[in-house]
Amino acid sequence: MARELITLEHIYKSYGDQLVLDDLSLMIKENSFVTLLGPSGCGKTTTLRIIGGFEYPDSGAVVFDGKNITDLSPNKRNLNTVFQKYALFPHMTVEENIAFGLKISNKSQQYIKDKVKYALKLLNMDGFEQRKPDSLSGGQQQRVAIARAIVNEPKVLLLDEPLGALDLKMRQGMQYELMRLKNELGITFIYVTHDQEEALTMSDHIIVMNQGYIQQEGTPEMIYNEPENAFVADFIGDSNILRAKMIQDKLVEIQGAKFACVDVGFGQNNPVDVVIRPEDIELLEPEKGIIKGRVLNTVFRGVHYEMEVEAHNYKWLVHSTRMKEVGQEVGLYVDPFNIQVMNVPESEDEEAISELEQTE
Amino acid sequence: MNLNRQNKIHNGKKQMIWLSTPYIGWSLLFVVIPLCMVLYYGLTTDTWSFTFANVTHITEPGYMKALVRSVELAVIATIVCFLLAYPLGMILRSMHLSRNGFIITLFILPMWMNFLLRTLTWMTLLEGSGVINGILNVLHLPNIHIINTPAAIVLGMVYNYLPFMILPIYTALNNIDEDLLNASRDLGAGELQTFCKVTFPLSLPGVGSGVTMVFIPALTTFAISSMLGGSKIMLIGNVIEQEFTSLYDWHLGSGISIILMVVIIINMMLNIAFDAKEERQAKSIKGGKR
Repeated sequence: MARELITLEHIYKSYGDQLVLDDLSLMIKENSFVTLLGPSGCGKTTTLRIIGGFEYPDSGAVVFDGKNITDLSPNKRNLNTVFQKYALFPHMTVEENIAFGLKISNKSQQYIKDKVKYALKLLNMDGFEQRKPDSLSGGQQQRVAIARAIVNEPKVLLLDEPLGALDLKMRQGMQYELMRLKNELGITFIYVTHDQEEALTMSDHIIVMNQGYIQQEGTPEMIYNEPENAFVADFIGDSNILRAKMIQDKLVEIQGAKFACVDVGFGQNNPVDVVIRPEDIELLEPEKGIIKGRVLNTVFRGVHYEMEVEAHNYKWLVHSTRMKEVGQEVGLYVDPFNIQVMNVPESEDEEAISELEQTE
Repeated sequence: MNLNRQNKIHNGKKQMIWLSTPYIGWSLLFVVIPLCMVLYYGLTTDTWSFTFANVTHITEPGYMKALVRSVELAVIATIVCFLLAYPLGMILRSMHLSRNGFIITLFILPMWMNFLLRTLTWMTLLEGSGVINGILNVLHLPNIHIINTPAAIVLGMVYNYLPFMILPIYTALNNIDEDLLNASRDLGAGELQTFCKVTFPLSLPGVGSGVTMVFIPALTTFAISSMLGGSKIMLIGNVIEQEFTSLYDWHLGSGISIILMVVIIINMMLNIAFDAKEERQAKSIKGGKR
């Protein structure tokens, strides 16, 4: 397996009396696409800036390739950053922007020329050498910013919400392009975003953060299918999150109805949180489901219909390709495998979402 | 829809033009007409026949000397202002505090005091028996003799016009996105390289307007030079003033004024040409390939 490239050890960081990162530790493997995902203010950008050297932690260590670089200034770190608003030098042409790092490190004219050409080709931007950044579209500026970073052959590329300013279509195109780039360059990408879809699409490894803590980390599939707490479940995709009671192994009581599940080890009659993804709820004939309900409303969302079904005093969010009429009686069925049982957060800190959407 | 919007903007522009009527009227009355009168007086004799003699009068040694000295002192004052203002702008930027307003006010504060009063104060400070020499006497230190020298004039110019250099430079520096400097460091540049390659080039527009705003009033001043330079040092401003107020030769005064205007216009055109060169580069590239 790939070796460790970057380790953050017990990082604390506060601005004034606001604690932004609280004992944050994480490890990033070489040649991986890692995403720091979380809502704004969760500490993800601060974490990235600490890795980049633009912020210094109050305590803790940043280890890069076996060396402690905590106090090293950004210009001495073997990594490059793509900034949120691209931060292209407005007084330089595209070519000068890309050549900036190479000129600083005194590379030969020929080397710089070849390298700039290569980078522009890699990003489908050839012919733009003499343009000024302000004559480029957002997507083009984005490519130049990436080209400017990668020509220096960093071991790690840091990307701070680089697609945030682009429109949806362009964003989706760039997602695939970034994945292709990462594979062609064979370097580590650390990517910061608040867009769960972006994170799920591109990453090998997702680190979900909230309020300065890591909530969960793992592959996109793990994060989506087996969220460890209500915050992660709520943040990643739409979901039905309910307070429930674990009656015994493989049996959970939700809103007064007993559901079969596959989770074990939560004890007997213990309170738990359960997550059921809207696409995992099947709408059947009323008597064929586990519980009975009535369709409250239906919205067409393109690929599927999004429906709200009231059953056992809870409004269930259901995604289905087959529409049910508003007011229709339906039976709700959930495959045992699709019920995700989680521990109830023990402390305020772990309780990441302000309120669970539950009806009494 | 796009067309509609453009129409709207167009209509909006038409309406906006009306709002500028008071200003246009004002400048017609008090800028354009006086300017025409200066040109008329400057290019005629006292019998109202056309002549270049008033303008060419500048080639006479006395007038030429005043013009050259004016340019010299204005250039020196501009350079001194720049050297004082730039580091200050850097410091103010690096503080990026909300207290900025307070610091700016501190530098603008002298401007709230009457210009003549401030210059007069320097006169009494620098005089042979003035405050500074009084203090030096008490301390048994040698006296200074700055008053009525070019140095005193430069001092007066710097003191009076420094805020006009600080503000545009500070504004330009403060508008540089911190992430541009971070990007420079990120790409391997040290602090000095970042300054030379990013900070300074991006602050040049501010330096340009600062230079113009100091150089032009310094070049045309007559109050500072007559108060701090005594009667010995004549600047071009004093020459013009004299023609009008004591020699009553409006034609010659206007002729010399035209020369001064030409010098200022040349200065501004250099400035504009410098700006336009950059813009043209950007534009030609813009239009060239899409």
